[in-house]
Amino acid sequence: MKKFTTALATGVLMLVPLSALAEDSSDPIVIPIHNWSSQIVMSNVVGQIFEEMGNNVEYVTTDSQAVYESVRLGDVTLELEVWEGAFGASFRAALEKGGIIDVGDHNAVTREDWWYPMWTKDACPGLPSWEALNDCASLFATAETGDRGRYLDGPVDWLKHGKERVEALGMNFEVINAGSAAALWAEIGAAEADRRPVVVFNWTPNFAEAVWPGEFVEFPVWVDGCDKDPAVGPNPDALYDCGNPADGYLKKAAWEGMEAKWPGAYAVLERISFTNPQIAEMARLVDIDELEPEEAAAEWLEANEAVWQAWLN
Amino acid sequence: MAVLSTNQALTRVGYSDTQIASGLFCVALVLTVLQYSGLLPSWLHRIPEEWVPPFAVWLDAAFIFIREDLQLEKLTRWFAEGPLQFMLDTTANLLYGKRRWPRFEQIPWSAIAASAAVLGYYLGGWRLALLAGGTFVWTALIGQWKDAMETMSVLIVAAPLAFLIGLLVGIAAWKYTWVDRAVRPVLSVLQTLPFFTYLLPAVIFFKVGPTAGAVATIIYAVPPMILMTTLGLKKVSPEVIEAGKMSGCSRWQMLRHVYVPAARNEILVGVNQVIMLCLAMVVLTAFIGMPGLGAKLLAMMGSFKLGRSFEIGVTIVLLAVTLDRLSKAWVVKLPEHFERGTRWWVRHKYALTALAVFVFFTVLGQFVGWFAEIGRRESFSQGKEIDTAIKTFLAFDIVQGITGQIRYVLNVWVLNPFRDFLLSIPTFGFILIVIAGALAIGGRRPALYATVFFGLVALSGWWDRSVITLYSVISAVIIATLIGLPIGIMAARSEKWSRRVLLACDTAQTFPSFIYLIPAIMLFGITATSVVMSILIFAMVPLIRYTVEGLRGVPLEMTEAADMSGATRRQKLWSVQLPLALPTMAVGFNQAIMFAFFMVIIAAFIGTQDLGQELQKTLAGTDLGKNFVLGFCVALMALTFDMAILSWAEKKKAQLGL
Repeated sequence: MKKFTTALATGVLMLVPLSALAEDSSDPIVIPIHNWSSQIVMSNVVGQIFEEMGNNVEYVTTDSQAVYESVRLGDVTLELEVWEGAFGASFRAALEKGGIIDVGDHNAVTREDWWYPMWTKDACPGLPSWEALNDCASLFATAETGDRGRYLDGPVDWLKHGKERVEALGMNFEVINAGSAAALWAEIGAAEADRRPVVVFNWTPNFAEAVWPGEFVEFPVWVDGCDKDPAVGPNPDALYDCGNPADGYLKKAAWEGMEAKWPGAYAVLERISFTNPQIAEMARLVDIDELEPEEAAAEWLEANEAVWQAWLN
Repeated sequence: MAVLSTNQALTRVGYSDTQIASGLFCVALVLTVLQYSGLLPSWLHRIPEEWVPPFAVWLDAAFIFIREDLQLEKLTRWFAEGPLQFMLDTTANLLYGKRRWPRFEQIPWSAIAASAAVLGYYLGGWRLALLAGGTFVWTALIGQWKDAMETMSVLIVAAPLAFLIGLLVGIAAWKYTWVDRAVRPVLSVLQTLPFFTYLLPAVIFFKVGPTAGAVATIIYAVPPMILMTTLGLKKVSPEVIEAGKMSGCSRWQMLRHVYVPAARNEILVGVNQVIMLCLAMVVLTAFIGMPGLGAKLLAMMGSFKLGRSFEIGVTIVLLAVTLDRLSKAWVVKLPEHFERGTRWWVRHKYALTALAVFVFFTVLGQFVGWFAEIGRRESFSQGKEIDTAIKTFLAFDIVQGITGQIRYVLNVWVLNPFRDFLLSIPTFGFILIVIAGALAIGGRRPALYATVFFGLVALSGWWDRSVITLYSVISAVIIATLIGLPIGIMAARSEKWSRRVLLACDTAQTFPSFIYLIPAIMLFGITATSVVMSILIFAMVPLIRYTVEGLRGVPLEMTEAADMSGATRRQKLWSVQLPLALPTMAVGFNQAIMFAFFMVIIAAFIGTQDLGQELQKTLAGTDLGKNFVLGFCVALMALTFDMAILSWAEKKKAQLGL
């Protein structure tokens, strides 16, 4: 109720340009919600924009991999955060099967790579270079890895090729896959207690930046073909001997029937584009300021009116 | 004396089976020794890739056939988007004000809490009134009212539907043997199939959202209801049936007024199970669109907010315990009879009181906003404080030292070597050992099933991962037995402790398993120890529960006889109580294995190399065939254990004349 009234209050100013978009269906636009804060707030922001345009919006919580099947079936109308690294494979597979379309990229770029929290640097001052990291490998050893360092990679289905990189660069590390993002946070959280050095898989934009300041490890710079041609990169005989690209895409996707059913909303979706600082801000409102996602979205809309008004016209 | 003679009988009956079993075991041993000395041909060690039939392709084709050619999808979609959606929308409107028919405002929390307290008082006096009212007050004060009501709006539809379907199928299975035969294997598979396997079909057939959530919940909660109904109806005594026939009941009247009331207790135990299982699914169904507490919990865990996750877990447990105790009180409460001529308001005094407080608080809510809705900012949530407490606790050197030691010993000396050993056994040898085990424990039928089931697992092409899954399950169940049995035996000594321990079991069972995962990782890292620890907590619940119930269920005459013949407490336990309780304890052990198979898949969120990890990969829906193959590997392994142990328990019970 509260959300509805605030949406109404901020929406009064917007009534004039709405007449042009009146042909949208009155069926609810279904927006999926996953389990990380920036996506939840972004979904609420876009939902509230749609509501002000006069559309009905409903949110549904789903798994972030299983959602692509629902978009294809039209049960879910759109997806606002398609990360190249984590969901690229699922998204491409769904594109091939049909029913889902690519609605363009956000301005934001994503980076996913080996990362360490700042306190690690006290123990291994040569960071962020990967050679320095390799020299400190024993600092990262655990009971199970003996004297080799332990690198905690993301879930296997994110296909990060950590093992291949360790072999290609001849690093003294063992790669262990975490099963979920929550598992990564738990490991960092546990290390924080006694400021134990850790090196884990992480990505940006992400709430963790605000909670645990840290840096990405600098690997040999990504060159196109590093994953296909062994000759590319420092090791002439191996693939994956580079860091990940530092500018992965963050896409929007939609059900193919959306444009016909909600042309107005679809046109706005095409123009919607968030930047890295905006996404970080949305995550911060929930993770640090402890707002509820719908309140955070309302607050963000109020503070960034110029940004989203431009998308409406 | 009695115990001695049954033991003799057992060895005589099982002799030839035991001999075959040891024979098979010896062959397996020879195979393993050959493998170790490098003499075993590789096709005997692992089934070659080219022998593996394309099960995934076949299952995929079968699924497409059912979905598209049989048009099943149209039917399920009609049901999901028509009647089911309508019911869910109605409850959603009433409980949290979703803008759907009948378009009321949400019911104020205070009205629901007060009515629940009156219901609690009616069913079980002040204690239950306090529990029922208190649960809802807690939920509102902690700032989770809306989430809790989103969850309840689905459960209020799912639980009665599960009850109804379970009752009808249960009656059909009791009436017609062929239904019983058809239903039983389906139920067994449903109970053992990993959740990740029916997640995608639920989304495809029933639309992501509360509808798929409700259907998945019903599927998970219905098996015990069916089994309990059939069991109850079978137990109705002939005298009662005779009496019904003599008073000239029609077939419908017989069912409605004779059979169902006579089977009331079993049916209501089924109801209680339905409620507990519904709440156990709250978090998992959030993956397919169940709104509310589960979804919130996943979001909180995703941003490492342990304190608030914990509070949500407490709410779910409180809701489960409240609904459970209320339904149990309902079982015990006998129908009230009033003298002829009692005024109607005396007959219905509790219903009227409930209505009165409901109206009072609804009206009050219109004027004093606090009684209608408590916002997040006004709530008493202590999320941050709990976070700090957990982090401080983990930072203690002692804690770090102890868990570090446990982690080192378990991982390096126990778990990893055990895993490597199991993996080093040749596939055929492994299957022979399983068959030998099934034969020795359960007899020939379970052994036959073990052969077929493990044979299929070997042919699935996922043998190594299946073995790793099995290793986690076995390790966790062994440790759970070592800890759980002594706890159960100690608790069973006194009524007071039994009750306390059973409450702890209820809590551990309904406390969302996801919350264990994080502390497990923080204490033991992303290692086999964390995986085993998180399975362990869950697997210990049925072990303790059934041990307590088995020991307390030993007939009083038996223990008295032991006392009179001058047995010490220890003698009484070992030679009277434990042997008599063993069949019940075996059922608990079996449940522990089933729970472990359920939890090992969830443990994929920690990070494993087993079937659960592969299952996680298939969630994007591009590989449904593979998803089914993996799911069936888990189910087939679980069913092998299930059949062997339950058939042992049956035999044993028959011997003991229980």
